[in-house]
Amino acid sequence: MCGIAGIVELGAGRPDRAALASMVDVLKHRGPDERGTHAAGRCALGHVRLSIVDLATGQQPMCNEDRTLWIVFNGEIYNHVELRQELEAKGHRFRTRSDTEVIIHLYEEEGPACVRRMNGQWAFGLWDERRERLFLARDQAGITPLFYAPFESRLLFGSEAKSLLAYPGFPRRFDPRALDDVMTTWSTLPPRTAFEGIFELPPAHTLTLRDGRFVVKPYWQLEYRAATPGASEEALCDEVLDGLVDAARLRFQRADVPVGAYLSGGLDSTLIVSIVRRFTDAPLRTFSVRLEDQEFDEGAFQQEARAYLDVEHQEVLCRKQDIALSFPDVIWHAEKPVVRTAPAPMFLLSQRVRDAGFKVVLTGEGADEMFGGYDIFKEAKVRRLIAEHPDSRMRPLLLRALYPYLPGLQRQSPAYLEAFFLARPEDLRSPLFSHLPRFNLGARNRLFFSEAVKSALAEHDTLAEVAGALPAGFGGWDHLSQAQFLEATYLLPGYLLSSQGDRMIMAHGVEGRYPYLDQRIVELACKLPARLKLRVLNEKFVLKRAGGELIPDFLRRRPKQPFRAPEAASFFEPTTGQARAPYIEELLGESKLVEAGIFNPKPVRMLVEKARRGNAGSIRDGMALASILSTQLLVEQFVHRFGRLTA
Amino acid sequence: MTAGVKQAIRAYLVDTFLFGEGGDDLADDASLLEAGIIDSTGVLEVVAMLEGQYGIGVDDEELVPENFDSVERLVAFVQKKQSAKRGA
Repeated sequence: MCGIAGIVELGAGRPDRAALASMVDVLKHRGPDERGTHAAGRCALGHVRLSIVDLATGQQPMCNEDRTLWIVFNGEIYNHVELRQELEAKGHRFRTRSDTEVIIHLYEEEGPACVRRMNGQWAFGLWDERRERLFLARDQAGITPLFYAPFESRLLFGSEAKSLLAYPGFPRRFDPRALDDVMTTWSTLPPRTAFEGIFELPPAHTLTLRDGRFVVKPYWQLEYRAATPGASEEALCDEVLDGLVDAARLRFQRADVPVGAYLSGGLDSTLIVSIVRRFTDAPLRTFSVRLEDQEFDEGAFQQEARAYLDVEHQEVLCRKQDIALSFPDVIWHAEKPVVRTAPAPMFLLSQRVRDAGFKVVLTGEGADEMFGGYDIFKEAKVRRLIAEHPDSRMRPLLLRALYPYLPGLQRQSPAYLEAFFLARPEDLRSPLFSHLPRFNLGARNRLFFSEAVKSALAEHDTLAEVAGALPAGFGGWDHLSQAQFLEATYLLPGYLLSSQGDRMIMAHGVEGRYPYLDQRIVELACKLPARLKLRVLNEKFVLKRAGGELIPDFLRRRPKQPFRAPEAASFFEPTTGQARAPYIEELLGESKLVEAGIFNPKPVRMLVEKARRGNAGSIRDGMALASILSTQLLVEQFVHRFGRLTA
Repeated sequence: MTAGVKQAIRAYLVDTFLFGEGGDDLADDASLLEAGIIDSTGVLEVVAMLEGQYGIGVDDEELVPENFDSVERLVAFVQKKQSAKRGA
């Protein structure tokens, strides 16, 4: 991965090279190895490079033979070898071994439709000097970020919002709608970002600029269709395993630097490492993060996985104090509010990887979305079952099976359990049924908003926007597919792959590679029947079955546990009530709250007092505290000043 | 006594779960679950408060919405438990 930026002047002016330099410099963490810029005519392009493929000749910006097409590219095209062979057979001549050059020739051959042929994780900007046309594009899953902003008489783009904010005179204003979106769905709703005037190019979209106007449109979208009738379960399982083997192989082998892997102690990363161990002879180094709190730590499972896989393993311990101290950096990189502190341990983990001399790791994100792994899928199934079969005697058992790792829930009476998961008739009719409890939980924290923000958000309805953007075929999909779509469209790109993914891993110049998000795997998963994904309440059934001996027995037995980190206890020491870092006290204090104008100081003070007493341990309180502190950090680092806050 | 208990319980709920906001809109018979005021952790917090504040024990079978799901149900539950304690 790398960092890219660009300016296209729409009027008579020429791009400001010094401004481009500022836009590129602020992305240096994404590409510490090399830096390059190119300006000609009305366009200027910039690039910082994390050298992974074709170390000798892959410098950017890169052009075609007659220097009429220029590209800045961030990411990896895993099928670049096959595409190159195809293009060479058609007469294209290559000067480098890089995947970047493949895009140039593919664009020459197929125009904007070239993006449909690319399997990987990528974002790029391509300037066609002859036609004076800019073409921006982003990968299907939304692994690699890309932002754009019309500003005065030009269009700016960059890998991170801070690149655009670095343009001289660009207004730095927080958009409270983003906070509302994040509190509700954990993600901003693209193209909206946390900053007014800055837009995210949504996953699987392109932007074409010509004649001073730009058009943003999708080139692909998730579509759930059951496999052809008669396809046997065995054949589908074989197809999934074969696909995963190839996806892992491509991601492990197509690099000119050593590739490591994350090993979380769960099914997804273990299966990937197991595949690599089984099908290649190359040594493999694995990395994991441990949590100081027993409630969150998966160290015992990581050790079991390590022993089974026989890999050289390194771990980093994340203490609550580490979360407090790294949180300003986490938000500087995430560039949006977060409702959880879990990005912080991922930030520390990527630092550990980089310190060990690695630039690339395989990682297991995407499996839960594609193969039905999340608790929210089970919860929706149980809620629907209870609502539709009110006389079932299985109800208390099913409810208690949902969240074995939440002690508060396990202690509840059957009557309360049913009350918690009760689905009203109008909920059952909602297209967002599966996610309503989560969405409503977060939305309740609106009570912390200031009167000014409440008033500004009077017309804003995140859930109506989500419901209004559902694809035409959504109503015809099975219930699990509908829930998977919501998860893969919002939480995956908007939080897991960004705030907890790309932004944390690239903060230290490390590239994450995601075999489960191989385009072929995604499309295959979309045609699997629901029973192969969530069989009764057995999640990721197809992976467990297809994985066979590649998966150690303990992973079939262990209860699934989401990756979490402590929230309130990370910011306030519960025995003394002291904040763990001075910035926490300051940013949650009345003066800074009033200055930012986003939150009402009175309820925030009561929440803080609750946290000091060690009583803010509920999911909702933790989310409120993380949202408020992350928003305050965002405003402090991007609006009041433009630079990192030291913890 | 009822008024005092009701006031104390209401103040506790508003401070702890609504952070002082919107308490005036909370009707005595409003479902705390439906209003989104209490979740699974919240119920246990209320139990701890009742046990600490009023010295009453809450058995597992008593942990049901009929006893906990509104201000007035909580007040009735506290009174019932206190009467039972006095009568014991």
